[in-house]
Amino acid sequence: MSELKQTFNSSLGKKLIMALTGLFLCVFLIVHLGGNLLLFKHDNGYSFNMYANFLTHFPPIEVIAYILYLCIIVHAIYAYILTTNNRHARPVDYAVHTKSPVSFSSKNMGLLGSILLVFIVIHMGDFWYKYKFTHSVGYKEYRTNLLTNQTTVTDFTPQTADFEHSQSFDGDTEIIRVKDLHSRIVASFSIWWYVLIYVISMVALSFHLVHGFQSAFHTFGWVHRKYKPIYEFIGTWLFAVIIPLGFAAMPIVYFIQSLNK
Amino acid sequence: MSNANGTMNLTLKVWRQPNAQTAGKFETYKAENISPDMSFLEMLDVVNESIIHTKQDPIHFDHDCREGICGMCSLYINGRPHGPKRAITTCQLHMRSFTDGETITIEPWRAKAFPVIKDLAVDRSAFDRIQQAGGYISVNTGGVPDANEIPIPKVIADEAFNSATCIQCGACVAACKNASAMLFTSAKITQLALLPQGQPERYRRVQSMVAQMDAEGFGSCTNTGACEAECPKEITLTNIAHMNFDFFSAKLFREEEVHAENHGG
Ligand code: FES
Repeated sequence: MSELKQTFNSSLGKKLIMALTGLFLCVFLIVHLGGNLLLFKHDNGYSFNMYANFLTHFPPIEVIAYILYLCIIVHAIYAYILTTNNRHARPVDYAVHTKSPVSFSSKNMGLLGSILLVFIVIHMGDFWYKYKFTHSVGYKEYRTNLLTNQTTVTDFTPQTADFEHSQSFDGDTEIIRVKDLHSRIVASFSIWWYVLIYVISMVALSFHLVHGFQSAFHTFGWVHRKYKPIYEFIGTWLFAVIIPLGFAAMPIVYFIQSLNK
Repeated sequence: MSNANGTMNLTLKVWRQPNAQTAGKFETYKAENISPDMSFLEMLDVVNESIIHTKQDPIHFDHDCREGICGMCSLYINGRPHGPKRAITTCQLHMRSFTDGETITIEPWRAKAFPVIKDLAVDRSAFDRIQQAGGYISVNTGGVPDANEIPIPKVIADEAFNSATCIQCGACVAACKNASAMLFTSAKITQLALLPQGQPERYRRVQSMVAQMDAEGFGSCTNTGACEAECPKEITLTNIAHMNFDFFSAKLFREEEVHAENHGG
């Protein structure tokens, strides 16, 4: 066995892989939340659709996206391997279940992670997959008068099925035609149980990260009192509160807007 | 809490298992007229007396010093290793920590790497093998060196001493939902890694002890902290972090080869 292989096959090596992939996913969440704040712009989805188009057509981001998918898969597979090993380490269970004082999150990382995995499949299936690989997402045409800065929106049907995005000018009017993921989101987030799935998943995310983020640093062995409070603070407030709240706000706000229509 | 006579009557549900090959089951026993000032092990002695009087096989359990220093006693009592009190071993647990009339469930440490020898006694030799894999230092023979010849800062000495208080009882494994031995292994590694005397083997030690720990079939840590909460000597999770750090330093950043020999298991 090569030395590196030996390292990553050890119990500590597997934990290192969990920690590294987990932290990468945490960083992604920040970017994902930041970008998706465009959903809160009242411009008929113009900024958001342009952003979605940019993400799927800018090669460096596409590369990072594939690293991201790989991280999700590796994180899940290693979690499965470690959990199975851990179960095997205690073949006969206790009759009286443990009363040791430990946090709910740390005891239920596997369950929380499984909820998140199901969520990711639903989420990517509904938006990412449909956007990239099917023709079920419509198009919008934004006409902006460059003198008055007035924009009008209409639906648009392209000549060819794999049309993605175009920009043209008609005198003083800029015409932008782009795939309309925004309407897809409006439609999905007007279904109450769909919104509920999102909210429950974000609760699971919060509990997963309140343990997971700081646990990763523990796995690296970085527990000095000088910086431990810093990552515990970030893990709690940014990853277990702000990020899940931010994400949960999107389906909730869109659902409320759909009621007023 | 005792009754009006100042004694206690208890019901015990005790795990009985003839050997590792035979399946075990719970048996119920009455423990009557128990003094609240007895230790938990003395209470079991009383119960065993009456079992012996009926010419039956007494309950087997491990014990030695009975003063909390040897690490021989064990017992998973009502869902907690060493019972409900913090930072003590079963031999230091008094019956006044229970209430008159209570039912107490007593189980052995449960882990694949700790097979049952008989009833409540389990085989903890996996810990010995981990220790043998690297938990030592090399010392030249010859004259006895002077005490305090090597200066060691107080904070470091204290930290190493805290790690060294581990008595190898195995409560960490018993408490851990993953039956992980990382608290034990890391305490042994950290104790030596902190001190100047432990430096020559430092990076080889961490690799071979972790390899042996994995070979014994313990689970792996999820930083849950049940071990730290249940350790009679209050060994902290920080030891595990120290071990992780040294392990990754050794594996990824250092030229330190290890030819891990597995000592059975
Ligand atoms: S019998 Fe020695 S520590 Fe309990």
